[in-house]
Amino acid sequence: MSQAVKTMTMAAALNTSLRTSMEQDPKVLLMGEDIGKLGGVFRITEGLQKDFGEHRVIDTPLAESGIVGTAIGLAISGYRPVVEIQFDAFVFPAYDQIVTQLAKIHSRTGGTQPLPVTIRIPYGGGIGSPEHHSESPEAVFGHHAGLRLMTASDPHSAYWVIQEAIRSDDPVIVFEPKRRYWMRGQVDTEAGTPLGAARILAEGTDVTLVTYGPLTPVAQTVVEQAEKLGISVELVDLLSLNPLGLDLLEDSVKRTGRLVIGHEAPTFLGMGAELSARMVERAFYHLEAPIARVGGFHLPYPPSRLEEHYLPDLDRMLDAVEEVMTH
Amino acid sequence: MAQITATEVEMVQALDAEGNRTPCPEYDDALSTLGAADLRRMYQDMVLLRRFDTQATALQRQGELGLWPPSLGQEAAQIGLGQALRPQDFVFGSYREHGVAFSRGLQPADLLGVFRGTSHGGWDPQKHRFHTYAIVIGTQTLHATGYAMGMNLQGRVGNQDPERDVATVTCFGDGATSQGDVSEALTFAGAYHAPVLFYCQNNQWAISEPVHTQTSADLYRRGEGFGIPGIRVDGNDVLACWAVAQTALEKVRSGAGPLFIEAYTYRRGPHTTADDPTKYRSGAEVEAWERRDPILRMQRYLSREGIIDDAAETELEERAEQFAAEVREACKAMPDPAPADMFSHAYREPHLLVQEEQENYLAYLASLDEEDEQ
Repeated sequence: MSQAVKTMTMAAALNTSLRTSMEQDPKVLLMGEDIGKLGGVFRITEGLQKDFGEHRVIDTPLAESGIVGTAIGLAISGYRPVVEIQFDAFVFPAYDQIVTQLAKIHSRTGGTQPLPVTIRIPYGGGIGSPEHHSESPEAVFGHHAGLRLMTASDPHSAYWVIQEAIRSDDPVIVFEPKRRYWMRGQVDTEAGTPLGAARILAEGTDVTLVTYGPLTPVAQTVVEQAEKLGISVELVDLLSLNPLGLDLLEDSVKRTGRLVIGHEAPTFLGMGAELSARMVERAFYHLEAPIARVGGFHLPYPPSRLEEHYLPDLDRMLDAVEEVMTH
Repeated sequence: MAQITATEVEMVQALDAEGNRTPCPEYDDALSTLGAADLRRMYQDMVLLRRFDTQATALQRQGELGLWPPSLGQEAAQIGLGQALRPQDFVFGSYREHGVAFSRGLQPADLLGVFRGTSHGGWDPQKHRFHTYAIVIGTQTLHATGYAMGMNLQGRVGNQDPERDVATVTCFGDGATSQGDVSEALTFAGAYHAPVLFYCQNNQWAISEPVHTQTSADLYRRGEGFGIPGIRVDGNDVLACWAVAQTALEKVRSGAGPLFIEAYTYRRGPHTTADDPTKYRSGAEVEAWERRDPILRMQRYLSREGIIDDAAETELEERAEQFAAEVREACKAMPDPAPADMFSHAYREPHLLVQEEQENYLAYLASLDEEDEQ
């Protein structure tokens, strides 16, 4: 094992990754609300302003459109800004700048103006927050060409997703599973190889279970419980949500013949709808059961005392696995 | 009805509507640096811009362009600013900035392509130091502010080096001032002392909405609450526009922080060729502004001063006609892009889905050709 392997939380992995990027490239700047002295409301940027200065770790006014819009201008002036949006639903004031400007300026300028901007968004529920702090808006941004979307499911992937996002000359939104910020795991900071758009975390033969971000640890328990029931589940973890790692998923579905898709976001017009359609197109004659989706309801995210009913959990995902096995 | 005289609207003016040079105490020194060649160039650029603009409108009427947003009436506001810029400055404008665009070396075809539908812009913003036209109102003000923040970080301001210090300029209209992005741009510019000039062409109309629908306050004072001083200039007076812009740009480059200029002018044409201004404003109002024509005013002044004569006028007229013919040819010669071009720049790095869709669609097109051949 490499000496660079350390056990740390996802928050520490993100912090270490940002630090590495800032050390390697003086053009990397961090921007966001409360990210300086405070280190961000989740402390992801803790200590970075102290070490890199106020000019590279920039506390911004409370104006999300302004943050993204000025990040675009800073990128045009030669920087690689990394923007923190404080909570998922706080991104919506910046929606216009992200979809009409950030996503399209490279195309609009005939490919002459790269926009290497990274937007970090803590997303998902499960932390008992008030309204607007628990949403999963990835599909909303997935519809807009020009953006890349990434997520992570453990500290190691969190470290490398940030590395890839900042190095990309395309704009990237990194959806960080906020309820996993304090999960611990091994991080190999010298692994060096790209993680790929999707990866198999558990091999199985009966059902493919695909998920990403905050639900991946839940899905790992599904794999364990299903095994006790005699069901062999292959777990596919998506790290890129745009583009999707469809070849890997197709290969898995063709082997297992069954597919369950899980995500926290509402199922209606969600990532699962796209994954399902693509697998029907690519693997129709290999499917032995209808594809099952497990996700949030077509509702505003509920008050936190109800979120356990809204969020897919072990039981709902296991139920879907058992259901597809009845065919 | 809009107020339209300098006595009714307090603003910096160097030429009155009759083309008389009026005292302009704060700016007379700057104006005295303009030689006859500079003055002729301002006049000539306004004439050529207008000829380009009327030609583009004609091209739209003839089906060569899908749409055109005329700059008619705003020549002084745009040429005055354009000639005050230095090569290293950077402009982020909206979609009616044709005069400023020409001052940055853009070619007629670059601008016409956007409205012919061959491109959404397509020029290299870094090469011209002029960003592509922003169509979502006010978005560009934030890009300018961010760019200016970058110039601060790179030490490209306040070096007392006129060849190196950079001013960033954002052009927008009276309607844009209502957009949240403009307020956020003012917020960021004020908070970070960003070297950006907010250049608002108040042309009195945002499609059908008069400026009093946007605000009951004077626009040039909009920056005050953000710590950004403002000034109003007669936007139909190219000398005043040049002098005020030139002075403001020097201050911005010197590190004085952001500034706000309201160029008080008038959109004499429709919002775009799809608009019908007779439905919302009176002919009398338009005629009143025609009497304040920016080109006629400068022409009277230069004739009186002996800087242009009949021969020069005739020569300029011929040159404008030749330019119009070139514009027409350049427009009609613009080829439709190839279908594959649509897929070229959505992403900078390879993208699996875009590659797959491109391959599939091009294969589909090829299959149609094969069917035709059979």
